[in-house]
Amino acid sequence: MKGNDASSRIFGRGRRRFLQRTALGVATLGLAGCDRLSQNEQVVKTLGLAERLNLRVQRFLAGERGLAPEYPASMIDRHFRPNGSTDPQASRYRQLAASQFREWRLEIGGLVDEPLSLSLAELQTMPSRTQITRHDCVEGWSAIGQWRGPVLADLLERAGVRPEARYVVFHCMDQLGGEDYYYESLDLSEARHPQTILAYSLNDEPLPIANGAPLRLRAERQLGYKMAKYLSGITLVTAFDDIGGGKGGYWEDRGYTWYAGI
Amino acid sequence: MNNSIQHASRHRERRHRLPVRLWHWINLWCLIVLLMSCLQIFNAHPALYWGSTSNFDDPWLEMYAIRGADGDIQGQTALGPWTFDTTGILGYSGSGDHASVRGFPDWITLPSYQFLTMGRLWHFFFAWLFVGAGALFVLYALFSGHLKRDLWLPASQWRGLGRDILDHLRLRFHATRIGYNGLQKLSYLGVLFVALPLMILTGLCMSPTFNAAAPWLLDLFGGRQSARSIHFIVAGLLVLFVIVHLLMVLLSGPFRQVRDMLTGGRRNVTPVDNEGSTHHEGK
Repeated sequence: MKGNDASSRIFGRGRRRFLQRTALGVATLGLAGCDRLSQNEQVVKTLGLAERLNLRVQRFLAGERGLAPEYPASMIDRHFRPNGSTDPQASRYRQLAASQFREWRLEIGGLVDEPLSLSLAELQTMPSRTQITRHDCVEGWSAIGQWRGPVLADLLERAGVRPEARYVVFHCMDQLGGEDYYYESLDLSEARHPQTILAYSLNDEPLPIANGAPLRLRAERQLGYKMAKYLSGITLVTAFDDIGGGKGGYWEDRGYTWYAGI
Repeated sequence: MNNSIQHASRHRERRHRLPVRLWHWINLWCLIVLLMSCLQIFNAHPALYWGSTSNFDDPWLEMYAIRGADGDIQGQTALGPWTFDTTGILGYSGSGDHASVRGFPDWITLPSYQFLTMGRLWHFFFAWLFVGAGALFVLYALFSGHLKRDLWLPASQWRGLGRDILDHLRLRFHATRIGYNGLQKLSYLGVLFVALPLMILTGLCMSPTFNAAAPWLLDLFGGRQSARSIHFIVAGLLVLFVIVHLLMVLLSGPFRQVRDMLTGGRRNVTPVDNEGSTHHEGK
């Protein structure tokens, strides 16, 4: 900030320079301190407590069944910005994509009475839900698209979820940044939300590769990174401690919050 | 009964009572952390839009970098139809090897390096602290009479507001020893009952789960990206308020002002009626 007449009247030149330097020094020290705090495990854990509060309050306000806003067709974005993986290179995925995912199957297993293995055609003949919803990226931008696919609750019902199951884990075929395979998880309450669907269609077209072909998750009350793309399997588990980095998802393993409702 | 009267009169001598002082200093820390983590979060996508979604071709504010004709990288900021070269501050900043493409520079973001999730953790923790302290303060202000006695403008101050504004514009300040002047009260009321609630509500409207709870509020702000823009603009207004606030402190005896906000200070107990008493004191 530039000094104005008023402040130069109060401070002499030398004094002002001294104060400026002191302020700069304190600011630099403060910044280094903040960075060190951000790397301190205990601090991160403490700050993370707010996320529990976020989850409880948001769930309380929205209710288990509160619906995310849906939009008229006129508001659909012509280009739905893809993010994260947009063209998976894993050889298995390339092969499946080469034959329009005819060989692809979605495996539903884990703590279920009857494991399912479904082809894309089978998923497409099931009763489906079509919804025009807004996608919010954790980075801050939003896009509206029309999604179609079976409601996850119906698939879970068909497979028969065992009482000890608490989470639904989504396994993906893409390795973001050429590292670990992407994965995500929802608790059963969010997984059974009426707008939680497995989408095979975007804006009345088959789901493009950039947006997660052949099948992606839509969990409309959470941020974009929860909505796993390039699905290959779904498992029901009691805990996700022993999956991936143990935090319930690819980005969660890298410090992002699990519920991601804000 | 007797006790409480004594208690009240002892308190009345203080220029700033304990809850006001506590709130003031909690706010200082909350606002610093909230602002710096806000800019960290903003840097993840340094562009703002109106409406529900992001029309990437048409943000009303955007910070980015381009390679100039001479091969040097330039930071640019586009605001509506105008584009400014903001190299070193917005769009592209940092010195030497640490120079990078980023919205706001590293000395004002928390953490200093690009780390979105850490910024979010800081932001939400301190948002809860801020909201909790703010809610307690509003209750206190309502029930203790602080609002009516110290913040609300009596009729004479409403009438004198035009003059007050002119005086401030001429940098002619009346350092009132009793209470706040009209313009000052109005800015405190504006922050307390307009800016801060707007910050909380527009912040909540960026939550997809909260949108499911209150879709009407999202409509009120004109969509999620509008809510994000308003959140950013009002944050800017709060920064402006803090700058003016600091200037006023500097111009009105900074040592006494800070000391009184720490210790409570002593209220000048010249018996005056509230009506019209404060405006021309200390002239």
